Amino acid sequence: MKDISFEVERGEIFGLIGPDGAGKTTLFRIMTTLLLADSGKALVDGLDVVRDYKEIRKRVGYMPGRFSLYQDLTVEENLSFFATVFGTTIEENYHLIKDIYQQIEPFKKRRAGKLSGGMKQKLALSCALIHKPTVLFLDEPTTGVDPVSRKEFWEMLKRLKQQGITILVSTPYMDEASLCDRIAFIQEGKILTIDPPEKIIADFPHKVFAVEADNNYEILKQLRQSENVRSVFSFGDSLHVVFKDISKMENEQINAQLKEIKPTIEDCFMALTDN
Amino acid sequence: MENEQHRINKDTPILNSQFSTVNSESSIIKVENLTKSFGNFIAVDAISFEVSKGEIFGFLGANGAGKTTAMRMLCGLSKPTSGRGMVAGFDIEKQSEQVKKNIGYMSQKFALYDDLKVWENLRLFGGIYGMKSHEIEDKTNIILHDLGFENERNTMVKSLPLGWKQKLAFSVSIFHEPKIVFLDEPTGGVDPAARRQFWELIYEAAENGITVFVTTHYMDEAEYCDRVSIMVDGKIAALDTPKNLKAKFNAASMDEVFQQIARKAIRIDN
Repeated sequence: MKDISFEVERGEIFGLIGPDGAGKTTLFRIMTTLLLADSGKALVDGLDVVRDYKEIRKRVGYMPGRFSLYQDLTVEENLSFFATVFGTTIEENYHLIKDIYQQIEPFKKRRAGKLSGGMKQKLALSCALIHKPTVLFLDEPTTGVDPVSRKEFWEMLKRLKQQGITILVSTPYMDEASLCDRIAFIQEGKILTIDPPEKIIADFPHKVFAVEADNNYEILKQLRQSENVRSVFSFGDSLHVVFKDISKMENEQINAQLKEIKPTIEDCFMALTDN
Repeated sequence: MENEQHRINKDTPILNSQFSTVNSESSIIKVENLTKSFGNFIAVDAISFEVSKGEIFGFLGANGAGKTTAMRMLCGLSKPTSGRGMVAGFDIEKQSEQVKKNIGYMSQKFALYDDLKVWENLRLFGGIYGMKSHEIEDKTNIILHDLGFENERNTMVKSLPLGWKQKLAFSVSIFHEPKIVFLDEPTGGVDPAARRQFWELIYEAAENGITVFVTTHYMDEAEYCDRVSIMVDGKIAALDTPKNLKAKFNAASMDEVFQQIARKAIRIDN
């Protein structure tokens, strides 16, 4: 990580968007006082991560990338353990985790190791919230999770935001970026931009065109050869193309319609990280 | 049952005619009422489907739907409770060792040895697949050239960026030119550009006749498949081309199709 500087406002959902190896986990570990930076400063909830680490650990909730709860304790035992460690009880802050915990409560006597992906996630989130943290750090909470569970998870985050909890979440999923208040694109240890997602899209300097055909792969190869194409990428059932000179667009002679579309966050990220 | 065991020689590919509903000679996977239960819990509930040679087949489903269990059976790693399956010409239950030899496999969790160099991984896997030394050497050179990795021959795999690792892992999984390759969420966490490059490798492999069986949680990737199946509660709830699925469910994207189908799941993660 190099020269990372940013601020997160109280009550924000702040997204750290970038691929594996970008530095997201390293950054989170520094902010949750689990790793020391080589230089620079970090404040969380007004406290210094080095000097006041003990106090910070009482105030933050952390859900690391890999399932890190006790596999051989039951759901209930895990939750009770974390509540105790933080000097509280399940009952005291139950209202905070109710929405989430109720979904796994029928399985509360099951060992955590026997839960499947989505349920482990819900348990981990409950344990991270049980002590009523002011800031929640979620490191790739939806990686490897199916789209339905992902959507549900983000709905839970929105409800937590309404309770006044500040949330920092990292994800490699570009579509989740649009669910954040502000996002930082991170790649190879550097932050490329920080802004609300709509602003990033509005500021995108090029027009994006979509092509939808039955033989997208052939068209992709064809457009790649063209002098007038700045970039062309597959996006599901269409191709997204950015031209250098739009007036010469029709010269490409592709057997499909070109439709101008609003750029997506993914278009913006790929353009920014284009090497 | 014993009679059948005597008749089926371990090393001979089974004839398609031994399956009751054979349509084409070019099926690489044929599954009939495939079931796997653990005690009272039916993880995979009598699924039936076929995959043709050279197809890119997307195998989707919510967490807990039975996908992984089904895949393990197809790869010869787990025996069915009932029903049958044929993969690459071999019976998944009675000829599981032959299945393993004739498929490629790559998963997000494991693909290559981090503490070996690039060329060492290729040599190791080539050996495991039973390739001859000169074949391994020749193909190693081709792969390194095609991927643009010639300068990385002696790089430790753990030093490679994730996107590169995935591309190399894919090349290794088809090193022995299997008829079919199973890819288990191969692009999880990979950056958008590398994901697309990875899929171009998949297209190329399919163009060369390798059948690709892939699971993914990226719904845009589901669109790249020739056909997609979606598992819910142990059964196949839908199986068709992305285009037909979108039309059938009146959806603009595969994400919408998935949301509609998987939302009805009773078994939310077991």
